[in-house]
Amino acid sequence: MHFEFQVEGGNFSKAGTASSQLKKILKQLNVDSRDIKRVVVALYEAEVNVVAHAYQGVIIIDIDTEKIRIRIEDEGPGIKDIDLAMQQGFSTASELVREMGFGAGMGLPNIKNNTDELTVTSEVGKGTNVHMLINFSI
Amino acid sequence: MKIKDIVELLNARVIVGQDQLDSEVGMAFSSDLMSDVLTVETENLMLITGLANVQTIRTAEMSDINKIVFVRRKKVSDDMIRLADENDMILIECDYSMFKASGILYQSGVKPVY
Repeated sequence: MHFEFQVEGGNFSKAGTASSQLKKILKQLNVDSRDIKRVVVALYEAEVNVVAHAYQGVIIIDIDTEKIRIRIEDEGPGIKDIDLAMQQGFSTASELVREMGFGAGMGLPNIKNNTDELTVTSEVGKGTNVHMLINFSI
Repeated sequence: MKIKDIVELLNARVIVGQDQLDSEVGMAFSSDLMSDVLTVETENLMLITGLANVQTIRTAEMSDINKIVFVRRKKVSDDMIRLADENDMILIECDYSMFKASGILYQSGVKPVY
């Protein structure tokens, strides 16, 4: 199954709508609830990252019986040092993002914890691509 | 402990979920940082927070949390109510500080996540 969602940079009122829709889809597919939580927490963190840092983005999702593959491609400032961004506690988030309860430098490390594969590539001034894969436990 | 007992102990108001007053609460987690909430793996817990915005509800949705106590006199907005309704959540407003609300519930037997 294939799904695509658009993400609007800066619009915190809509952040999480794609994750919410994916959660409903996975429930309908009878995916194990622990797997659903791993997937939606990882996607939600990534969605918040796009809203917090980028101008716009697209989420591309492919699901089969064994796994889910998610690509998040954004147009934005990009990440200068990905290794540094992966470190817990490192953040370049704005005051607004922090007021929303994020921006503590935990997003990417938390995505890593919830996924079986994670690849982050970025070009400064162009944007960031996040690829994640989660194998279903059953 | 039931939601109705928590409401009484905290002198609080149920804003969403009046029909779920008999729902049981075993564990709770107190945080204003949603990134921290998203790292908690325990299911079916109650969130105690002073952060009142739509992302609090979204975070709870993704974390399988359906009970939230808003402390420090924070007010639940219409957007939050709408989203909580869609997800069968219980939202409670409480005038106490996070420390006081957490302390009362801990003393009354609600368990910490860690």
